[in-house]
Parts: sequence; structure tokens; C-alpha cells
Amino acid sequence: MTNKSLPRPLPASIDATVALLAEGQYLADRSLATVLYLALKMGRPLFLEGEAGVGKTEIAKVLSATLKRRLIRLQCYEGLDISAAVYEWNYAAQMIAIRAAEAEGEQDRERLERDVFSERFLIKRPLLQALEPDASGAPVLLIDEIDRTDEAFEAFLLEVLSDFQITIPELGTVKAAQPPAVIITSNRTREIHDALKRRCLYHWLAYPSAERELAIVRSKVPGVSKRLSEQVVAFVQALRKQDVFKSPGVAETLDWAAALSELDVVALDPATVSDTLGVLLKYQDDIAKLEGSKVKELLDEVKSEMRAAE
Amino acid sequence: MAETNGRLAENIIYFARALRAAGIPVGPGAVLDALAAVDTAGVGTRDDFYWTLHAVFVKRHEHSVLFDQAFRIFFRRRGYLDQLMAMMLPQAPSMPRPPEAGATRIQEALFSGLDDKLKKQQEIELDTRMTVSDREVLQRKDFAQMTNAEIAAAKDAIKRLVLPLAEVRTRRLAPHPRGHLIDIRRTLRSSFKGGGDFIDLRFVGPKSRPPPVVALLDISGSMSQYSRIFLHFLHALTDTRKRVSTFLFGTRLTNVTRALRERDPDDALASCSAVVPDWSGGTRIASSLHAFNKLWARRVLTQGPVVLLITDGLERDADDNLAFEIDRLHRSCRRLVWLNPLLRFEGFEARARGIKTMLPYVDEFRPIHNLESIGALVASMQPGRGAGADPKAWMQKVA
Repeated sequence: MTNKSLPRPLPASIDATVALLAEGQYLADRSLATVLYLALKMGRPLFLEGEAGVGKTEIAKVLSATLKRRLIRLQCYEGLDISAAVYEWNYAAQMIAIRAAEAEGEQDRERLERDVFSERFLIKRPLLQALEPDASGAPVLLIDEIDRTDEAFEAFLLEVLSDFQITIPELGTVKAAQPPAVIITSNRTREIHDALKRRCLYHWLAYPSAERELAIVRSKVPGVSKRLSEQVVAFVQALRKQDVFKSPGVAETLDWAAALSELDVVALDPATVSDTLGVLLKYQDDIAKLEGSKVKELLDEVKSEMRAAE
Repeated sequence: MAETNGRLAENIIYFARALRAAGIPVGPGAVLDALAAVDTAGVGTRDDFYWTLHAVFVKRHEHSVLFDQAFRIFFRRRGYLDQLMAMMLPQAPSMPRPPEAGATRIQEALFSGLDDKLKKQQEIELDTRMTVSDREVLQRKDFAQMTNAEIAAAKDAIKRLVLPLAEVRTRRLAPHPRGHLIDIRRTLRSSFKGGGDFIDLRFVGPKSRPPPVVALLDISGSMSQYSRIFLHFLHALTDTRKRVSTFLFGTRLTNVTRALRERDPDDALASCSAVVPDWSGGTRIASSLHAFNKLWARRVLTQGPVVLLITDGLERDADDNLAFEIDRLHRSCRRLVWLNPLLRFEGFEARARGIKTMLPYVDEFRPIHNLESIGALVASMQPGRGAGADPKAWMQKVA
């Protein structure tokens, strides 16, 4: 085994957590680093809520990359059930095994059943995989957009999240030797039951401050000039204060900066902003609200503020 | 060292109590977690300590404000701490003590501060453009208590209630005698019973269940005589069905879903009354709908809900904003049903501007005759009953 694939130990302090995330180009503020550090250290799931595009999913990815652990992702959707999330029996193989046993003249039904419901015929889905021992350390389990499932699925998660074990009626209880690092994200399109939240550490991921957002743009889109990145961030921050239905997230800021840099723009002007507004705003009503003089107004405001700050 | 740790633990326990008093549900488990968390993270800077406790105690975004206030008051003003603890102790001191100087002020600092801050926050959240209007009358509502017979009748009536789209199909599968998919797991299990000679097919089909209900109830002055009956109706509905969210609006929008979850109807209405500041004031339908669309629609309008809009539609500033907001509401739900108590009067015509503006965007426009009982209310909502449910018919009448 090479040194590279060895798992890294968990961060030993809040500062180390900030540094760890920064290594993966994730610039976290102190509150997020604190809650993440606690979650890792105390072995509790981390429940992240926030608007779309503020970097909830990214944390799990960065964590798995920097800690060099396997990332197991469970994307939630309506109707997600045990057979897609936890385990499933390999029925075809079971049928063949039964036929083969019959051909051999096997009479003992109980033994037949025991053989058929053994680990050999078990198909492991993400939640069960996350409990398995792994050479590179306990994996990072990402349960993404849990608000997309229905309430019935939350109940499946309770046992996994509190005891890191799963009970399979035919087989027994599977328990993780080393609990995985669990990150749960939600866009808050519905309220998650308190029983599930109680088992987790909760954090609301807000839009970053101008300073932090600028640092994020700099590190993620290195090709953009200093002036343009400052303008982009100031404009997005001003836009979030406007009365729009869906404020642009950090993901949109990054997309916009990348788009502008592709278009070889060096500084923002009203025409360019209007043309590329679709990168930032995803509702026609919001775009219509800003079209025309409003963009120029906002841009002038941003520019004069920047001049005043210099 | 052990001494300071002991004091810290004590402080955290008292702090948890303060949070509970401020309305954040903090169980004993959370207190143990907090002690473990502080132990893990260590008490470094004030900021780290803040976020460590925040990570454990706050389970909802809206509790952040309360936590922030409580933390600041509790841990900054050390002098208040002892008095605060004395105040929070559950067992009253055996000797009656004379009130200590400043006790009232501390109480005010602790609780009214929280209240004000929270209220302010809510106001800001609800409508950033809202200006204080002289039409906005803030008052509490007293409801007449409900009799046992009334409660029983209400429950009975709700059981018979068939809302539009009583059942919708979900994507979750459940055992079904005539399902369209084979449930291999159950099929195999049942085949084993016979030794695997016969394969007895079992099926699954999509499960259906009632869609979520979101009720928007107008509690302005013109609707005040009906609000009791509607609230009782919504309470009974919350009690019998899952996923019912209720919002009240007059000049501002208030979410009373949690208040209505109290089992006893009188308690539920009392706590409703306590959280709503604008009973029987003016109406701002457009701005209330705007607040709903912006702050709540994405959180409660999932999984195809039926929206009950209960208002007389008497809006003074019926303009494009109103049309825009109701259009957005209409587009984000499965079915928008407007219950209008004005329609019980003979010869009602949809002439008021607010009504004319909103009519084109609703799926059903239901007159409510005889608002004396919940039974009558439920009866008027039956599909098929009341041929006047089609909003187009009403629009043609005045055209």
C-alpha cells in the first residue's frame, strides 16, 4: 500500500478543520468549521440546510478528497425505498440456488432458506456500503437533498444515523466498526422531522460575505482579473439584497465569473450584464424585473460604492 | 480545573434552561451533547464557544435569532448570571424573598428583548417594503370556548370531508392486489412456503394518499366574524390529516401550523391568538401573498398540495401586484380553491376589484352558505355540490 492511499487522521482542532477544507479549495467560515469539526470528532451526522447553490454538497466532496476517504452518495428522490437505499436480495441468483438445491434432492427447507438468505445473495446499496469496513478508513456518506424524499424514508434513516447499524430481518444486524462521516443536505423544500434532526448537528449555510465570496471566486476561477472579480462579487451581493424570487447562490457567482472570463470581459457594463443575466437568475420574472434601466442603476451603485471604498 | 469544569457544566445546564424558556425545544439529550461538544472543542475563544453550543442546541434556522440573543445576554453580563439562575430554578425558594432590585429589568432584558428582536426579525422577513400603516390595528382575539358537542360535530364533519383531489398517487410502492409490478421479495417469500414448486406472484402498485393542504386564512376586520369557525375547521383538519400548513394574514403573514397542532381546540386557538399581532385589522392580500410566495412557497408547496385561500377578496390596492402574486401561487400548487364567505349573500356579484383581479387565477371559487357550523362548511366544499364553483361562471355574470 502506498503512502498516498493511507487515510488522513481527522482534524485535531477547529483551525485544522479550516485548513483541511481550504486545502480542498473550500473556504469555510469559522461557524461551519466548528460544527464540522464537532461532527467528525463526536461521530455525529451533520445536517446542512441552506438555499440552493451555497456549497452544501461540495463539503462532502471536499471532505472525501482531503481526508482521502471513499465518498458514498445517496441522492434522494420521491419514493426512494429500502431496496434502492439500503439492500436488496439477488432474486435471480436465489432462484437458481433453489433450483440447484432441488436438483440435488435437498429436502431440508430451513437449511435451504438459510442458504438463500446469506450474504452471498445480498446486494449492498449505499447505506449498507457505508457501514462496511474500508481499507482507507470509514467512508464519507453524503445523503443529498433529503427533502426530496417523503416522510416514510426518513424513518429508515433513524437507526442508521443514531447507531450506525442496519437490521436486515433475514440476516441480522450489521454494525459499522468505524462510523462513517455523514453529511445530510436539505434545500428546505419541506420540514424534516425533529426526530431525525435531533440525531444530527445542525447548521444553516448562509450566503457568504463579500470578502469570503471574493476569495472563493479567486480560488475557483483563477483566470479572472482582480477588478472583474471584485465587480462580479459586489454586483451579486447587491442583487441578493434586491427583491428577487430566487437569489443567486455561490455556484451562480462562479458560473458567471467563468462565463464573463470566457467572453473576455474585463469590466462589467450594463449591456454585458443584461446579456448574461440568465447565468445568475433562473426565473423569468426576476430577469424581467431587472432588465433595462434597473441593471444600470444597480451597476452604478456598485461601482460608486467600490470607488468610495478605495 | 475540575472546579471550573463543574461551573461550566452548571452554566451550560442553566443556559439550556434559558433557551427552553425562550422557546427553543432543548431536551436533556441536547444538554449532554453540549457538554460533550464543549469537552471536545474546548473553550477557546468566545466565538468558538458560541458556535459549539449553536451546533448542538439549534435545530432550526429560525431558532438562530433566539439563540443569539439568549447567548449574548447569558454569557456577556456575568453579573446577571446568578440572578438569572435563581430565576430559572424550577423549585421556588421556600422562604418568600423580597423582589431584588433590578429583577424586573433583568426579566425584561431577557424576555422582552427576545420578543422584540424576534418580532422585528419576522417583520423584516415578511415584507421588506412594508411600511407601517395607520390601518394596521394590532389586537388580540378572544374566542368563545368550544363546547364538547361542537367539537364532536366538527370531528364528525371533517371525517366526511372530501377535498378536491382527495387522493393522489405517489411514487412510493406498496403491496397492491392488482398492482402493475411484481413484488419479487414477497413473491419469493411466499413461494418458499410451498418449497418453491409454485411461484405465487405478488404485486405492488403506487400508494396513494391525500395531498398536503395549505390554508391561507384572511383574518382582517371584514372577515373577523368567520375566523373562529375557519380556525376550528383548520384545527380539526390538522388533527385528522397529516401535512396541513396554516397561515393567517391580515396586514402581515403568520405561520400558525405549530400552534394548531395542539390537541385541544381551545388551547390551539389561544396560542394562535398569541402569535398573531394583527387580528381584525386591514387587509393587504397582495403583500401577504408576496411574503408567502417568497418565504414559504418553496418550503410548504411541495408534493402537489391543495391550497385553500379563505378571504373575501376585499383588497383596497388591487393592482398588477395582486394579479402577479396570485398567478404565481396558482402556478406553484396542484389546485387553488378560493372559499369566499361573501358569496352567501343572495345576488352576490364579483364586482369588487380585488375579486375580479383574483378570479381568473383560481381553479375553484366556492361560495359558503350558512357559516354557522363546521358541518355546513364541510358540506359546501363537497365536489359536485354548489355548481357555482367554476370561477368562469362568476366572471361571465359581471361581464
